Amino acid sequence: MARIISFKEAINEALDQEMTRDSSVIVMGEDIVGGTGSPGEDDAWGGALGVTKGLYGKHGNQIMDTPLSESAYVGAAIGAAACGMRPVAELMFVDFMGVCFDQIYNQAAKFKYMFGGKAETPVVIRTMVGAGIRAAAQHSQMLTAIFTHIPGLKVVCPSNPYDAKGLLIQSIRDNDPVIFCEHKSLYGVEGEVSEESYVIPFAEANVLRDGGDATIVAYGMMVGKALDAAETLAKEGVECDVIDLRTLSPIDMETVLESVENTGRLVVVDEANPRCSIATDVSAQVAQQAFKSLKAQIEMVTAPHTPVPFSPTLEDLYIPSAEQIADAVRKTHN
Amino acid sequence: MKQNIIPILMPKWGLTMEEGQVNEWLVIEGAEISVGDEIIEVETDKISGVVEATDTGLLRRCLAKNATIYPVKSLLGVLADSSVLDAEIETFIEAYKIPDSGEDDTEESIPQYMFTEVDGLRVRYADRGSGDSVVLLLHGFGGDLDNWLFNLDALADKHRVLALDLPGHGESGKTIPEPSISGLAKFVGKFLEVVGVPSAHIVGHSMGGGIAMQMVTECPESVKSLGLICSSGLGPEINSDYLQGFVETQSRRELKPVLQQLFADESLVNRQLVEGVLKYKRLDGVDAVLRTLSATLLSGTQTILSDKAIDSGKAILVIWGEQDSIIPVAYAQKLADSGNSSVEVETFDSAGHMVQMERANDVNRRLLEFLC
Amino acid sequence: MNDNPLPLNRDELLQVYQTMRTIREFEERLHVEFSRGDIPGFVHLYAGEEASAAGIMTHLRQEDRIASTHRGHGHCIAKGVDVKGMMAEIFGKKSGVCAGKGGSMHIADLDKGMMGANGILGAGAPLACGAALAAKYRDNGDIAISFVGDGASNQGTFLESLNLASIWNLPVIFVVENNGYAESTSVDWAVACDSYVDRASGFGMPGVTVDGTDFFAVYEAAGEIIRRAREGGGPSLLECKMIRFFGHFEGDAQTYRASGEVDDIRANRDCLKSFSKTVTTAGVLSQSDLEACDAAVLGLIDEAVSTAKAAKLPTKADLLTDVYVNY
Repeated sequence: MARIISFKEAINEALDQEMTRDSSVIVMGEDIVGGTGSPGEDDAWGGALGVTKGLYGKHGNQIMDTPLSESAYVGAAIGAAACGMRPVAELMFVDFMGVCFDQIYNQAAKFKYMFGGKAETPVVIRTMVGAGIRAAAQHSQMLTAIFTHIPGLKVVCPSNPYDAKGLLIQSIRDNDPVIFCEHKSLYGVEGEVSEESYVIPFAEANVLRDGGDATIVAYGMMVGKALDAAETLAKEGVECDVIDLRTLSPIDMETVLESVENTGRLVVVDEANPRCSIATDVSAQVAQQAFKSLKAQIEMVTAPHTPVPFSPTLEDLYIPSAEQIADAVRKTHN
Repeated sequence: MKQNIIPILMPKWGLTMEEGQVNEWLVIEGAEISVGDEIIEVETDKISGVVEATDTGLLRRCLAKNATIYPVKSLLGVLADSSVLDAEIETFIEAYKIPDSGEDDTEESIPQYMFTEVDGLRVRYADRGSGDSVVLLLHGFGGDLDNWLFNLDALADKHRVLALDLPGHGESGKTIPEPSISGLAKFVGKFLEVVGVPSAHIVGHSMGGGIAMQMVTECPESVKSLGLICSSGLGPEINSDYLQGFVETQSRRELKPVLQQLFADESLVNRQLVEGVLKYKRLDGVDAVLRTLSATLLSGTQTILSDKAIDSGKAILVIWGEQDSIIPVAYAQKLADSGNSSVEVETFDSAGHMVQMERANDVNRRLLEFLC
Repeated sequence: MNDNPLPLNRDELLQVYQTMRTIREFEERLHVEFSRGDIPGFVHLYAGEEASAAGIMTHLRQEDRIASTHRGHGHCIAKGVDVKGMMAEIFGKKSGVCAGKGGSMHIADLDKGMMGANGILGAGAPLACGAALAAKYRDNGDIAISFVGDGASNQGTFLESLNLASIWNLPVIFVVENNGYAESTSVDWAVACDSYVDRASGFGMPGVTVDGTDFFAVYEAAGEIIRRAREGGGPSLLECKMIRFFGHFEGDAQTYRASGEVDDIRANRDCLKSFSKTVTTAGVLSQSDLEACDAAVLGLIDEAVSTAKAAKLPTKADLLTDVYVNY
């Protein structure tokens, strides 16, 4: 039955259903149960923002709190995956990747290749990304590009509850290492989600809007802003295609190219910083593969080349807005 | 005088529709409208369709604006005789309130979909209308009770209408205890028992028609009459490309041309419709169900069920879309030619396999005639 | 009845000798081939350290997992990885155990429980914790071993892993193969505690130090802690004090070593010599038994090298394969 639940509940449900279905799915992270060893409640936190609340009561030792040792426990998750378990490790904030990145990009990502095909590392690393809750520079980054760059990793970034559940279930069932990015500002967003388990395949971008005059490509929190921009532009007589990439590696360029070949105008929206990003990647691929279809320069709408500022006025300026996106589309019509 | 003013309202297609977007007026103010004329193109999050005129008159006002969303039962336009004064029409428009929008809305308080359990399996169903005469609608392969979204309420005007999601479909449980036409027929018979309906007019579409006929063998007392719409079981041929395509395709791009085979008007297969089917196909258990069922439907020569159904003497109405590319309309024509008195046959032009959607008003009218 | 004072029987001892001899000849031969310029990249040779690998791996079954260091050939051979496949891998050939895609530093065979040599020092420790976690979940008595050198024993991953293994009571053994040098840097300079036993207790687990050139000392200490781990007694740390005959990597001039140091350890701290002496003195194996084994091993190494040299290199088509299970 489909009903309205939040993004964060959709993630909880995906974990819950997969843990029930398969006892080799083990979930670990800091405060993911919350309260282990402490005198008060079990399951006191259920995750820093409550995403995993309630899972301990249902699944017991299939979910566990870890000490503050990312390289040890992310590495342990990876090692356990190489031995046939299906661990889901939480890297609380993607900004913390620095302390465990080796395990992810030198170990998990490379086992299959370095070991001549014999290894399989079905690990999922769930991590919070993105700005918008005034968490400042070290807790607000959008570092999807860094993982996307590494061969051997898959990178997923849903924009809504239905996609979050299906893509997380798919990630857990996938046999490669997956970085599953959860935008912290989307946790409260609600949408229709089926009670049953379902999957969404990787490398399938979602076309949320058909228009024909311009193509807007976005992912994560930027998808909502792209749709807002498209509404505004519709009143000016400009109808946009809006494409939600959903997965960054593998990426569905076919859908993007199909749209650009029709519209001739492309705006790529990316919450990350502007150098060497998903935006530059998509833009370059389109410029190379659909050059003849382009009627105007490709526009990118991104954050500035700065860390994420703290003060609300500054953070709001940092995050790309619907108006900036609409402006970029207008620029492609000049 | 007010009786001469006929409102054109945003229709309710299916149980969950709350609003629709008016895409385009197909006629202009001042036009003469006859019953069945296509007036407005409307789109919901599930489907695109056309509002047809249910009355004759002059189109006095086009109130709805293009590319605008209106709640169900909103006033979109007004039909009236030329003798009705503009002032009266204005008064009517101003006074019009969308019914059932208040707090103690009895319609809202009735659950739209209901759930029950049959043989340990969850079953979703709809139960509309009232009375002793019960019509049971059975969808086809890969479908669900929303296949009847243009028919439910029209039929519920005069009968109690039940429609269920068959096992493995819609929001019913995604396993099929006995994956055969006879297994499904038995299941449907049990469903009727569970909901306390001793017998009903069984109207089946495609594979649902085959199931309806099989019920004559499995549980004959529960079958009052048969409505067979583009039904399986009347002949051996079925479009195997379509079935295999439906089962095998995994992407939007590949699925769209498969689904287009269902309709005479391919443009009805819009993004939302394809999305809806994909979302269903991606639920756990569905792939296995579809593979088993399609193998059953394709296995060797299809059992011809119609002979037994006809022999039972129960009244049968056969409806077909003339452009059906899944199961040949020739099967309907053959029955028409057989001259059997208990079998009525009607075919409709400009309609394919999903005739109950493409010619909804006509199908509803014909069914209601038959059921009386 | 034979009077065998040793903890292993004749066949087992011969097997141990064969393992250590295979490692020795494998590494000595690589030294020669490398100096000819026939081997691409880096190699880090285990010669002199054989007793550690053999002393520990003799207790393991195939399902137990080990995570090795960059100096992984000895661990591989002792764990049962195919010698010819290893040689082909080091030569970069398609028939190598990693299809030529990994090389010496990433040599692995998951089927044999060898989770890989690692180019990142200390990275194996968390991986071994993961293997131990899986074993704990499956409750099958399997264990995991994390090998590190004295250098990597300072890496954050190693220290975090000690803590994690303790709090989760994981069946993992941390083996510090302390050969005195982290590349060119002495352990006396780089490691804060005087004994690794102290480091172990700092992380809440038992620690033992043994002479890593004495097979029997390693075998006995390892046996005890492995048994304890299998029975749910949790992690331990084993320090094997040893020496390496060659440099950190092939090409290392080793000027950080005292003059005459290498000659001295080859003469006086050769674990194969001391093993031979022990088993022949005990009368369990004869000199000719050992010599026959030597000959067979040299034959195997010869064959491994010539096969490897003749084998095909991977092709362009192989470049793009096995990045993902499916993409």
